[in-house]
Amino acid sequence: MALPATADAADAILRVEHLCKYYPVSRGLFQRRQLLLHAVDNVSFEVKRGEVLGLVGESGCGKTTTGRLIARLTFPTTGRIFVDNADVSKIQGADMAEFRKKIQMIFQDPYESLDPRMTIFDIVAEPLNVNGMGNLEEREQRVAEMLSLVGISPPSAFLFRFPHELSGGQRQRVAIARALVMNPTFVVADEPTSMLDVSIRTGIMKLLAQLREDLGISYLYITHDLAVARYLCDRIAVMYLGKIVEVAEAEEIIKEPLHPYTRALISAVPVPDPAVKRPVPTIKGGVSKPINPPRRCRFYERCPVAKSTCAEQDHPAPREVSGGHFAACHQL
Amino acid sequence: MRGLSQNWAVFRESRIGMLGLIVILLFGVFGALWPIMINTVWDPLIYHPVVGFDPMLLHPSPPTKAHLLGTDPIGRDILAQLMFSTGREFLLGVLSALITVVIGTVIGTVAAYYGGFTDTFFMRVADIMMLFPFIPLLVVVGSMVRLTFFPFAIILGVLGGFGGITIILKAQALSVKVRPYIDAARVAGGSSFHIIRAHIIPNVLPLSFLYMMFNVTGAILSEATLSFFGVLNIDMSWGMMIHTAEAAGYLFDFGKYWWLWLPSGLAITLFCAAFYMVGRGLDEVVNPRLRKR
Ligand SMILES: Nc1ncnc2c1ncn2[C@@H]1O[C@H](COP(=O)(O)OP(=O)(O)OP(=O)(O)O)[C@@H](O)[C@H]1O
Ligand code: SF4
Ligand SMILES: [Mg+2]
Repeated sequence: MALPATADAADAILRVEHLCKYYPVSRGLFQRRQLLLHAVDNVSFEVKRGEVLGLVGESGCGKTTTGRLIARLTFPTTGRIFVDNADVSKIQGADMAEFRKKIQMIFQDPYESLDPRMTIFDIVAEPLNVNGMGNLEEREQRVAEMLSLVGISPPSAFLFRFPHELSGGQRQRVAIARALVMNPTFVVADEPTSMLDVSIRTGIMKLLAQLREDLGISYLYITHDLAVARYLCDRIAVMYLGKIVEVAEAEEIIKEPLHPYTRALISAVPVPDPAVKRPVPTIKGGVSKPINPPRRCRFYERCPVAKSTCAEQDHPAPREVSGGHFAACHQL
Repeated sequence: MRGLSQNWAVFRESRIGMLGLIVILLFGVFGALWPIMINTVWDPLIYHPVVGFDPMLLHPSPPTKAHLLGTDPIGRDILAQLMFSTGREFLLGVLSALITVVIGTVIGTVAAYYGGFTDTFFMRVADIMMLFPFIPLLVVVGSMVRLTFFPFAIILGVLGGFGGITIILKAQALSVKVRPYIDAARVAGGSSFHIIRAHIIPNVLPLSFLYMMFNVTGAILSEATLSFFGVLNIDMSWGMMIHTAEAAGYLFDFGKYWWLWLPSGLAITLFCAAFYMVGRGLDEVVNPRLRKR
């Protein structure tokens, strides 16, 4: 499908079009039909240069899968991803090295994303190493620079330590230093604070916000916490069972949520101003897995305002309700 | 991953591992005594393990002051043979186990990383290796081509390397492959070769090292078995000592001629058990779940 080449499209560092990732689910012995788990299902969005887009949703809704697809750690079933207008799945050879330098990822679990057998220096220097950048002295200098940038100081006291000798917060700072050492333009941050103690989360979030100011990096910031997304992100996309159900400016989506699912999510976030009155729909049941989902709205089973017509139609396509505010619901 | 000193602390907790280590060290000292003894105390004409002969006694002679463990049917000192062989048992065991583990680690990680045909191929090879009766085969082959020390160690090592160890190390490599730090290395721009060499292999290596201990045991036992059948062209080893006694017909009255087989048999058993026990101790270091709570 051809999108009109607007000024906006040229501005986008990342553009995702109709992205799908289906995982085959192992069938039972007597099951005839091939079962597919629709981890990411027809998702489109873009991130502008210098922007932070929050991707918010419950556990298992496909946030990490989306991030991994963008970082080219796995390949889409269908759909396309463009980084700087280059189709990610078609990148080859020398362009691949350039792509790797441009796109970095910060992982959810700092206890698992650092190789336990490497020193902090080796971990942070690895991207420089595999890309053959600089000699040992220059690398050491760059690593020390990055470590002080992320608040690991003095760097010399940490260079030759191992990850297990560091606290969770320190590890995540090391992971951030490593992600930034190549001067990336786009970072997928996959719930970088969710495995950390509440007390150190704020520090990491402040650091990420600061780095964005200083280095002008764009992020896809994945989180299940709307409050975190509101603090860090310019825009927020809400995801539910592989689908993006609503996208808008952060403040707008918090103050004027349109989709019933977003409203339910927001009702779970503490209200800073008690004078603000919100409709509080409650949703029942838990999330199931989108395995061969029926052809209707994914949220139908739990939707408090579902109408019988919702069951008769396919999952609604996102519609621009007001300027830049998209929602996918038949009732809007 | 804990540091070396912490690993040592865990290992030291393991009684069985420490006992094994002590026995290995004692064997080490015993073997190291050989060059000293033959150059100072012992007359090479009498005490040489292969061509020595004591003209003063009838052979095989039971233990005497001059021959603390007696002599064999052709007049050679048992203690000297035992001591001389120790170093070679170490060499054979460690060399062949090292070859096995290097091959097994490379194949295991490559099979785990690439999967598909590579994986299927090496796993079928491993199945065949596991089911194939190699000792009887080597007995047959050995009676045609007498294998000497180094070729034997290498063949043993290579056969082992394509065997069951690849299945175990592949399973380990598979569990390393799905770790987030592998994704992180890929995002950093690391090639497949880099990821295998810098991340997967180092994280499989502790288990490889553990299996190396068990492979030392296996190599020594194979050597002893084949030597006993007299199909190896090795001038002296613990297995050869038993073979000598057997070939000369003295094992029919093994109670009377106990010194011909007991010292070497005991050495084989203890030596193998010691490496096995160190392996068990290392198991507790490598697999924290086994550790005492
Ligand atoms: N490699 C895979 N094979 C099969 N299914 C997968 C795979 N990876 C993810 N899934 C499934 O896809 C769905 C989305 O997973 P994903 O990890 O993207 O969710 P998430 O939103 O990141 O959740 P969380 O907040 O728990 O991290 C889940 O149902 C998961 O079980
Ligand atoms: S389309 Fe219908 S079921 Fe789906 S969210 Fe809207 S109202 Fe609920
Ligand atoms: Mg996730």
